Amino acid sequence: MTAPEPPAQIPLTVIGGYLGAGKTTLVNRLLRRADGLRLAVLVNEFGDLPIDGDLIESRDGNVINIAGGCVCCSYGSDLMAALMDLDKRDPRPDHLLVEASGVALPAAIAQSASLIAGYALDAIVVLADAETVRAKGADPYLADTIAGQLASADIVVLNKVDLVPDSGRAAARDWLSARAPHARVLETVEAELPLAAVLGSGAERLATPESHHDHAHDHHPDHHLDHQAAVFTVDAPVDAEALAAALAGAELDLVRAKGFVPGRDGRLRALHVVGRRWRVADPPPGTRGPGRLVCIRFAAAVDTAAIERLIAAGG
Amino acid sequence: MTTVFRAKRILTMNPSNPEATHVAVRDGRILGAGSLDDLAVWGPHTLDERFADKVLMPGLVEGHSHTMEGTFWRYVYCGYFDRMAPDGRIWPGCAAIADVIARLSERDGALEDPAAPIAGWAVDPLYYGDRRLVRADFDQVSTTRPIGVLHASGHIMNVNSKALEMAGLLRPGIDHPGVPLGEDGLPTGELQGPDPMMMVNTLVGFDRDMLAGDETGLRQFARLCVRTGVTTAADLASLLPDEAVAMMARVTGEDDFPTRIVSLRRFHGLTPAQLIERAVELKGQSTDRLRLGKVKIVSDGSVQGFTSRIRWPHYVNGKNGLWYITPDELREIYTLALAQDVHIHTHTNGDEATALVLDTMEQALRASPAFDHRFTIQHCQLADAAQFRRMKALGMCANLFANHHYFYGEQHLTKTVGPERARRMNACATALREGVPMAIHSDAPVTPLGPLFTAWCAVNRLTAKGKVLGAHERISVDEALRAITIGAAYTLKLDGEVGSIEAGKRADFAVLDDDPREVGRENLKDVGVWGVVQGGRVFAAADI
Repeated sequence: MTAPEPPAQIPLTVIGGYLGAGKTTLVNRLLRRADGLRLAVLVNEFGDLPIDGDLIESRDGNVINIAGGCVCCSYGSDLMAALMDLDKRDPRPDHLLVEASGVALPAAIAQSASLIAGYALDAIVVLADAETVRAKGADPYLADTIAGQLASADIVVLNKVDLVPDSGRAAARDWLSARAPHARVLETVEAELPLAAVLGSGAERLATPESHHDHAHDHHPDHHLDHQAAVFTVDAPVDAEALAAALAGAELDLVRAKGFVPGRDGRLRALHVVGRRWRVADPPPGTRGPGRLVCIRFAAAVDTAAIERLIAAGG
Repeated sequence: MTTVFRAKRILTMNPSNPEATHVAVRDGRILGAGSLDDLAVWGPHTLDERFADKVLMPGLVEGHSHTMEGTFWRYVYCGYFDRMAPDGRIWPGCAAIADVIARLSERDGALEDPAAPIAGWAVDPLYYGDRRLVRADFDQVSTTRPIGVLHASGHIMNVNSKALEMAGLLRPGIDHPGVPLGEDGLPTGELQGPDPMMMVNTLVGFDRDMLAGDETGLRQFARLCVRTGVTTAADLASLLPDEAVAMMARVTGEDDFPTRIVSLRRFHGLTPAQLIERAVELKGQSTDRLRLGKVKIVSDGSVQGFTSRIRWPHYVNGKNGLWYITPDELREIYTLALAQDVHIHTHTNGDEATALVLDTMEQALRASPAFDHRFTIQHCQLADAAQFRRMKALGMCANLFANHHYFYGEQHLTKTVGPERARRMNACATALREGVPMAIHSDAPVTPLGPLFTAWCAVNRLTAKGKVLGAHERISVDEALRAITIGAAYTLKLDGEVGSIEAGKRADFAVLDDDPREVGRENLKDVGVWGVVQGGRVFAAADI
């Protein structure tokens, strides 16, 4: 008898940022748009989390079950217990989001979650309020905390850009580029972001060629959002690690790249890129070719020529 | 029905009538204190002479403890210092790691189920030299059951291999600052900080939460109060859901429950507005022995855990700690609380956290002017003189962690904040000189419950190694006795009811074997406690 396969790791995204930056708004949007994904969201506390009543299927203490298989839990001071409980849920969630409290350091949360073998860090997303982030970042009590949050970000969501003039937006971007030099910065209004950018999980589906075109514009929840996706077929073996590292490079400015590519030995490898962070892992059992890759960029076109060159060069 | 207690001496803490020999009690309250002749005016009485050779003080007030101290005694005590259990037994300290192992093995031998966990508490490897505890130590006790022992600081736990294995932590590749690895690439068994500890807490037998309240723990805590002369104790951070409130009201309301518990609602899981609303609701559910409606906020971490927020030059390693609350939420809570007369106690350890509280208080008072709010800074360990002056100006109180020097002073000198700031930690003399209403506390179970010991700490400022730490911040015995009675009562807004022995107040007395003013300042902690009188009811430690 062989030991059972350990279940696949659940990708985990930590959402950080100071109070008022739009974390809760983002969480609500994602729950509304989960689009069939079993999303689990851990929030520090329900507090005034305005989950719309029509979304709530049932509520049991710290757990709110949401239409479509999503679940929202408050973890209070016991994040680890909540993470361990979620890992044991049946069915297991497809993706886990942890909303950090306003002064928490998302990197520390990611590190603690890594103690549980069932989770794999997908990304750290930090929201910043375009109107107030510089003032909060200069507050003597908060400066080091906000700097620490931003420095750990793979993606910075510069939110509420509609509330500042262009000059203020540019100043905020400048300010951020010094504090989060490696992160992709996405500008948003009311935390309006494509699911694929935050979770990558949607990207996976985009990367399945047959399903890609099924998402007609009037069905796809993200169709109106300001992002560009490009799909690539990868037939020839590549160095998956080298390709992932190259896709994470600053020049391509990709928010996400995700897919399955044939490795040097011909076996499929799963590739995840979030801003500067990348990892290569074994694909879920049963994944078959052809190799395909989806790359997502925000507010600008994906440099398809450059990526095709990378693929042709074998990573 | 009037009872007159006769004592060798009564220290009333009432400046207009400082000493007496008799106190008259009716319906649980004090008719008056004085000579037997003075009390004749109250008519016929029963003369109770059982305290004829005892010294009475007002029932002692512990302004910052946790009823969880009572809960911990169901686990194995592994501390370095001798400590009294609720049943009065003095558990000898473990002088070496071998003693810790022996004590755990004793429990191991008493358990039939080889898989049953063992939880221990209060171990303090600091006293065992440079050698750290490792999983092999507790593997000597058992390899079949999970074992976990919480450190005295509460911030670290040591476990055996079985516990690591069950938690999924006995594997290579772990990368976490709170999980040190051995030469074999596997965790050593030391788990630092709340997150790694949470992974094993329930496995080793610590209850995950006491959300619904722990009835046995509450009763055990009250026994300890009787043994230490405490008649009013603040339980400084509960979640107080309805079922816990109902349990606490029922237990404290029993005829033979000996302690008044002041239980604060911790800010957690609610918005600021919801918190204040809940506090107002809880206030209305108060009874004589269960006082509700106050709120506790935690703003930063601990000094010895390197998580407190300390102003420049920060810790001696140049680092700073963590915020546990956003300044915006703190301001909103203060502003709402001042407007609705909700009493707030805020934990600060580092002086940057104290600075934030002071700044926030100033803003909140401008938005919601209020008088006699008595917002209290709890621990407030590193505050300097300028901060105490601001507390005075803003009408705030300080409850200082006097016990800290004894247990952690040596570390503060060399490892955390360095000598100058270690010497001004818990600056009782400065607080009093600057006119800040002040209490001192144990934070039990972090350090043992016992206001006379706490007073001894504030008076002598000795570390466990016998070194005086901050000679200029020592206070007099009289000042310390005030701090553990009327001083602490003031921070709880109970000074009109308890904290001194005078007409109209609750008949709450600590019954002592000696006069603490006469035993010598170095012996203050050794004054024997016979028991208490609480609301006119007599509780002997020997019978509790």
